[in-house]
Amino acid sequence: MTTAILKQPTEPTEPTAARKPNRSFVHGLITNKKALVGIIVMLVFIALAFLAPVLFPGDPSRITAMASLEPSPEHWLGTTAKGQDVLALTVHGSRSSLFVGLTVGFASTFIGILVGLASAYFGKFIDEALSLVTNVFLLLPGLPLLVILAAFLPPGLGTVILVLVVTGWAGSARVLRSQALSIRSKDFVAAAVVSGERAGRIMFREILPNMASIVMGTLLGCVIYGIGAQAGLEFLGLGDVSTVSWGNNLFWAGNEGALLTGSWWVFVPSGVCIALVAFALALINYAVDEVTNPRLRKIKNPKNTERSAAK
Amino acid sequence: MRFILRRLGFYLIAFWASITLNFLLPRFMPGDPVSRMFARTQGKMQPEQIEALRKMLGVDTRPLWEQYVDYMHNILTGQMGVSISRFPTPVTEVIASQIGWTLLLGGTALVFAAIIGNLLGILAAWRRGGAIDSALPPLLIFIGSFPYFWLAMGALYLFGVVLGWFPIRHAFTDGLEPAFTWEFIGDVGAHLVLPALTIVLVSIGGWMLGMRNTMIATNAEDYITMAEAKGLRPGRVMLRYAARNAMLPSVTSFGMSLGFVVGGAMLTEVVFAYPGVGYQLLNAVQGLDYPLMQGLFLTITAAVLLANFLVDILYVRLDPRVRSN
Repeated sequence: MTTAILKQPTEPTEPTAARKPNRSFVHGLITNKKALVGIIVMLVFIALAFLAPVLFPGDPSRITAMASLEPSPEHWLGTTAKGQDVLALTVHGSRSSLFVGLTVGFASTFIGILVGLASAYFGKFIDEALSLVTNVFLLLPGLPLLVILAAFLPPGLGTVILVLVVTGWAGSARVLRSQALSIRSKDFVAAAVVSGERAGRIMFREILPNMASIVMGTLLGCVIYGIGAQAGLEFLGLGDVSTVSWGNNLFWAGNEGALLTGSWWVFVPSGVCIALVAFALALINYAVDEVTNPRLRKIKNPKNTERSAAK
Repeated sequence: MRFILRRLGFYLIAFWASITLNFLLPRFMPGDPVSRMFARTQGKMQPEQIEALRKMLGVDTRPLWEQYVDYMHNILTGQMGVSISRFPTPVTEVIASQIGWTLLLGGTALVFAAIIGNLLGILAAWRRGGAIDSALPPLLIFIGSFPYFWLAMGALYLFGVVLGWFPIRHAFTDGLEPAFTWEFIGDVGAHLVLPALTIVLVSIGGWMLGMRNTMIATNAEDYITMAEAKGLRPGRVMLRYAARNAMLPSVTSFGMSLGFVVGGAMLTEVVFAYPGVGYQLLNAVQGLDYPLMQGLFLTITAAVLLANFLVDILYVRLDPRVRSN
């Protein structure tokens, strides 16, 4: 799973980021129990997303006469009020949800890297300006901003992704800036500056590779944000309601009164899937922390394990 | 003082940014909002109303900067136009009638979550590795992985529909006259339980873990060992010596959450059809009520900024170190 994430062609940074710590890092991850559980869960979901058209051929949102059936051997998770198979909807829903989550995650991390690195590297006026913009975006109430943006833009998958990136990048920019600042003050960066290397090269070749673990953590956090925020937006009916995704499944469940008619099987699966993916990514995130931070890894004495246990 | 002025400047810039966003969005988006709204209201609007709306939403032939000056002037004098879906009520009036419910819901949830979460955090840190410390954090992290509106749906289904313990929508029973009687207050309280409970459930983990972590650091301080050596009762050491000194970060997050009280309960309000600003914002979006939508967004933003500014001031009082840098 981690390699799958790292190989996405969003950033020029990944080869360098993966270069040095690669083997021990991957080994550390798969021998970490939390990471292993998280990776397996993610792999299952990714496999389901790819296999959805094979497992459930045809349009999962096709309306049939078998409305509001309880779970049974024919329909493992029952049917909706429109007679759609809930299991098919859930499996197909993983495609859009994972796609949007990953895209939003990579795009906001990428912007965060650009803004954070530029801020830390150039300092002075550029830092002041970029930090001001970042802080303003952090402070504007996210969900209302999301809603009002979505209301003005034409509905569609592109809009959802754009809106989520606009409201989601600031947090990662702030985190990455503070980490980049501490590396910026190291001697080897000063040496690179003196030897006349280009700014872009210093930022992406000298500073960024040293931030690999925090970039990874930010990325996982942004993907979790993307999946959750998409679900929230779609639940409000502000996504593209014609696509099948976990958020839209919940929107239709609410719209068709699944709660009031007692059709719990209609709204439970999509919510549980979102939670499982978020939990799996969070587990991988804690594991990355443990693997890359030796202080968290080796301690046997329970008195000093608070960070790993708490996070 | 310089610190406070700097912060004030920052919040003013942030507020200006949100006003400008509000101004630019309808002007640069495809489509003509006014015609869409006109079609929706089916001719209920007066010609002068349409004219005013056109001006407000930028279907206007004057130069952009002139419109901008006009817009800023209107916002700063509290003229946010007239609501379309509740024509002819002014936007400010609609918001004024809703914001109280949001403050009630968000405020109640915040106070309960903060108190319970901090107490759990104190106990967990005090008995490291005990039952609370080992069982609750992973459980709360797992609960926190669920979208909070989904938990709200689950609570509504379980406690509202199946068990029927609590009412499932609105802030009070239809037809009941709002008044300061025990009957009405009890009714509002019953309607408040489920939505507040789901927000508490989702946010409690953050409070607990935050408190637990600072508390653990505090527990290692010399004055705690000193207090124990003096033979003080453990309860006293825990609350007066350790917890009291570990409170500062919690106070900060309490203040920050004050801001989210206004905008943060939005999805919960939608699930329970709770008549606050979040639910109203969704209604405004669905009804293409652009003036109301923009007014709500500005109100929520202003509330968030104000709350954060108050926290900054409070923080300077509580922690002198802030002043020096």
